[in-house]
Amino acid sequence: MNTGHMRWGFIVLIGFGLLAPVAGIYPTFLMKCWCFALFACAFNLLLGYTGLLSFGHAAFLSVAAYVTGHAIRSWGFGPEWGILAGTLSAGALGYVFGSLAIRRAGIYFAMITLALAQMLYFVWLQMKFTGGEDGLQGVPRGALFGVIDLSNNTNLYYLVFVIFLAGFSLIHRVIHSPFGQVLQAIRENEPRAISLGYDVDRYKLVVFVLSAALSGLAGATKTLVFQLASLTDAHWHMSGEVVLMTLLGGLGTVFGPVVGAFVIIGLQNQLADKVGSWVQVIMGLIFVICVLIFRRGIVGELGRLLKRPL
Amino acid sequence: MADTDTILEIRGLTKTFSGFVAVDGVDLRVRRGTIHALIGPNGAGKTTCFNLLTRFLAPTHGTITFNGRDITRMHPAAIARLGLVRSFQISATFPHMTVLENVRVALQRKTGISMHFWKSGRVLDQLNGRALELLEAVDLGAFAGALTVELPYGRKRALEIATTLALDPEMMLLDEPTQGMGHEDVGRVVDLIRKVAVNRTVLMVEHNMNVVADLSDTITVLARGAVLAEGPYAEVSRNAQVLEAYVGSEQVGKVQEAAA
Repeated sequence: MNTGHMRWGFIVLIGFGLLAPVAGIYPTFLMKCWCFALFACAFNLLLGYTGLLSFGHAAFLSVAAYVTGHAIRSWGFGPEWGILAGTLSAGALGYVFGSLAIRRAGIYFAMITLALAQMLYFVWLQMKFTGGEDGLQGVPRGALFGVIDLSNNTNLYYLVFVIFLAGFSLIHRVIHSPFGQVLQAIRENEPRAISLGYDVDRYKLVVFVLSAALSGLAGATKTLVFQLASLTDAHWHMSGEVVLMTLLGGLGTVFGPVVGAFVIIGLQNQLADKVGSWVQVIMGLIFVICVLIFRRGIVGELGRLLKRPL
Repeated sequence: MADTDTILEIRGLTKTFSGFVAVDGVDLRVRRGTIHALIGPNGAGKTTCFNLLTRFLAPTHGTITFNGRDITRMHPAAIARLGLVRSFQISATFPHMTVLENVRVALQRKTGISMHFWKSGRVLDQLNGRALELLEAVDLGAFAGALTVELPYGRKRALEIATTLALDPEMMLLDEPTQGMGHEDVGRVVDLIRKVAVNRTVLMVEHNMNVVADLSDTITVLARGAVLAEGPYAEVSRNAQVLEAYVGSEQVGKVQEAAA
């Protein structure tokens, strides 16, 4: 399963991750990219590999961002414990949302996740500790395990990259595990999977929780990078953006969401100063072009040219 | 377990869809180790019956007993785990998995590692031998590595049967196993069903009267959601009511032809 070209993909990814900051790419930008790449990969686990379209994934990004921020700033958690708390809270929220949403399929599933995420948005808006419109600011980065100083951008960069790689590898393992085989069966023919004796709802719930927790890991890490958790993370735009990243990069491909995240964050970064809010229009155009012409996304089309799944 | 001779018993099975009675008080008893066919004109409620039996639909009234156990309110996956496994009218495979993986995913369930998302997929390789055996039993050994979507239709149905057999079910429900097949494929599937029905019970919905005549021990004829006749083929095919129910449909010629 870990065939040659896959291994090459990994080597390129790791090489790029290690060398990019040395090559002079702005580390904060890169860290943002890795956080969103992990977020998109977690989302892809659900949509690309199980066939479940969640339209409320911002909820998991934001709950982890706030919990991590609050735990570090107000409870004095170290960064590693803060991230763990954020990730677990996203997993727990995933259990609640998932239990409700998986009772329905297709568009209803998407709508339930969207509705729940919107409710959470208003909870964050009202609650004191989130800082409402101002966001939860001034989260200290602290020192990893009390030793490695994370206010140093290089240190933090490599931590973020390692977190990304850990999450990415876990997702890769899940896809190719015995559990992943059942997920694929569910995606391809759910009634048949049921008729083989699989309680598909249990499998869907487990993968939903995994996806939520990994999205949370991304959100928690992002809080550490920007020392901030804000309503932007919880807004439905964010849920839409992760769909765009995944589709643009290549739905159901291993590397697609990573490429998608880099392209989208890169474009936003480049264009924001030049075209202002027109960036939204450009994003919309990209989405339309992608859906109409490059249905498989960047990596998906590349994989087709090479006749190999990437 | 009063009657060990009966594997599946249906009593007063009824299903209404907002006023329309699709299945109306059906009683059916399937004897262990037989091939039992369910026939009837289009719209007679055969597939609905199937969906009720496997709980893909919830019955409005009635009870279903499998091996002396009431399964009327059970979850469909739980029914499959009891050993009552169905196929579908349109071939049910996992198109973008290989032929081998299709069978393996069925074998995998009993290993109890299907929730293990942290394990490498290589642990499944231990099932490859058994999966290949099953594929060879349906003449698909040579296709093990192929992507299922690339198989011709008849082969897909054979794969579906191999996948079902992987569960080693006590009873198989086959929904129109020869539908949409050419002559040659029909012959192959008939042989296959006969082969797999040894030591098993089969209940099938089938339109092809030659197949029904050829394979079944008992036939139940449904019309307008109710049982019209039941018995061995020779008897049922001469039943005046049955012939009448088929009048106007293209099947009437076939019924008489096969009876002759």
